[in-house]
Amino acid sequence: MKKLESSLKNMALALTGFSVVAGGLLGWVNDVTAGPIAEANAKTLSDAIAVVVPGFDNNPAEAPETVDVNGVSYTVYKATKGGEFIGAAVQSTSNGFGGPLTVLVGFDADGNIIDYSLLSHAETPGLGSKAADWFKKGAKGDITGKNPGETPLTVSKDGGQIDAITASTITSRAFLLAVNNAYAAYKNQHVDGASGATQQATPKVEVPSDSINVETNN
Amino acid sequence: MNNFKVLMNGVVKENPTFVLLLGMCPTLGTTSSAINGMGMGLATMFVLICSNVVISLIKNLVPDMVRIPIFVVVIASFVTLLQMVMQAYVPALYATLGLFIPLIVVNCILLGRAEAFAAKNGPLPSFFDGLGMGLGFTIALTLLGAVREFLGTGKIFSITIMPEQYGMLIFVLAPGAFIVLGYLIAIVNRLKKA
Amino acid sequence: MEYILIFITAIFVNNIVLSQFLGICPFLGVSKKVETAMGMGAAVAFVLTLATIVTYVIQKFVLDAFGLSYLQTIAFILVIAALVQMVEIILKKVSPALYQALGVFLPLITTNCCILGVTILVIQKDYDLLTGVIYAFSTALGFALALIVFAGIREQLSLVNIPKGMRGMSIALVTAGLLAMAFMGFSGVDKGLSVLFGLG
Repeated sequence: MKKLESSLKNMALALTGFSVVAGGLLGWVNDVTAGPIAEANAKTLSDAIAVVVPGFDNNPAEAPETVDVNGVSYTVYKATKGGEFIGAAVQSTSNGFGGPLTVLVGFDADGNIIDYSLLSHAETPGLGSKAADWFKKGAKGDITGKNPGETPLTVSKDGGQIDAITASTITSRAFLLAVNNAYAAYKNQHVDGASGATQQATPKVEVPSDSINVETNN
Repeated sequence: MNNFKVLMNGVVKENPTFVLLLGMCPTLGTTSSAINGMGMGLATMFVLICSNVVISLIKNLVPDMVRIPIFVVVIASFVTLLQMVMQAYVPALYATLGLFIPLIVVNCILLGRAEAFAAKNGPLPSFFDGLGMGLGFTIALTLLGAVREFLGTGKIFSITIMPEQYGMLIFVLAPGAFIVLGYLIAIVNRLKKA
Repeated sequence: MEYILIFITAIFVNNIVLSQFLGICPFLGVSKKVETAMGMGAAVAFVLTLATIVTYVIQKFVLDAFGLSYLQTIAFILVIAALVQMVEIILKKVSPALYQALGVFLPLITTNCCILGVTILVIQKDYDLLTGVIYAFSTALGFALALIVFAGIREQLSLVNIPKGMRGMSIALVTAGLLAMAFMGFSGVDKGLSVLFGLG
């Protein structure tokens, strides 16, 4: 086949032709993948909820509740078993070292931390990114079983009881702030009598003002 | 030139990263670990093969004056396709590679191969050219990722080789990317002469 | 205050080249002389600011309005390519002097991934138009700064005796690494400023 001439008609035809074909093809693929994309996103969330508040028999991801604390909205996913409230997973965001840090914290019916899952973050790889495991059960900065309602969680540098990630104090502070805020939202959620959780003043935890220092090896 | 030669040309003689120095942004930006580098390499390879084959098929329908915009449309379509498929089936990898997936569009390797090879050759050699270049790129990225991951955290593909506290973190961070690539290129230069 | 913070963060803390790895090709390609580096920096600043406005309008009023956001990549790259071409033609007619200065860099800009990258980032970060433009312009300044500093170093470097295998791109990359390390010294500055401004 001979190559098309670069006449105005041919150029316009070729450009429109290819654009229409490309657009149409992408529209079709978009239709096909829209379902799986939504499913993948929902699965990521429900998997995370299953990790942080295990043992439920409802579908917490289906009916999220929005709770406002100090003007910030938190999403609370309630877990029930046999109709009884067994805990909730709370999504909370704070400002880390590199950007927003979003964490899903699971509380049992008494407000003790069961587990957490770091949903997204922009922390330094190898330093702040360790937050994904650092505060898990058995690790150095273990926060599981603790109740932020009794004492807000703070790093040992600020007089608290949690060991900060080595060389990543800012990330650790941001992480614990997110957890404390999550607890506040957990306490503020709509409670039914059986759960035992009561309305109470929300502990508002602020990052100490001396948190300007840069993450350094110390 | 037979197809095998075309293939090896991309992997060794005209390796896009170490010899042609094309596509530096994803090379440096996504190689903080071996697995990320490999993911990015494979994603680029997919787009490269598809766009090479399609462009070699349509080359006679494309008037010369508008060939670049049309090549870009073809490449961008495959990139968008890849974006959607990755979001649906490998969301974790998609989240890690982030912005660098749409940026495959402006990776000079793609337009470069479209111009230099696919627009002049048939679909089959173009396929092998895409495969070879893609493989060369993937190998380079995986190697760079592995070196950075090992020096930075003592692991390769998340398997611990030496205790983590001996890792030099700087290699996982931005400066390490430049420095490791610089030395890898120096080593390749040295080997080429030998 | 927020704008000042974005300005400083984009130039120093999250420098587009040295910490985000965008626009590496021109960074390595046109950094042999300070003079050309300045030209390239100016051309990028010009096109990037313009491209951000145009792509923002297209995203909000065409792609979002018709539910076509999956065509983002393809639409943006075509818009940028067309825009660069237009700027080139207009500049040639209106200001031959400016065209003389920036002309040779314009064709290179289409494949500069920092343009496409930043326009997508502005949409991803959900900035409004003014914030987006300030962000784009400061990012371009950061690009220009890195490029000019790097070119200055390379000019000096050309006078030095370098081991054979390291010559050319190899030593340039290692130098860029050291420059990136220097820019890491700015990390945390944005945190301090946001506290200072009472934003964080």
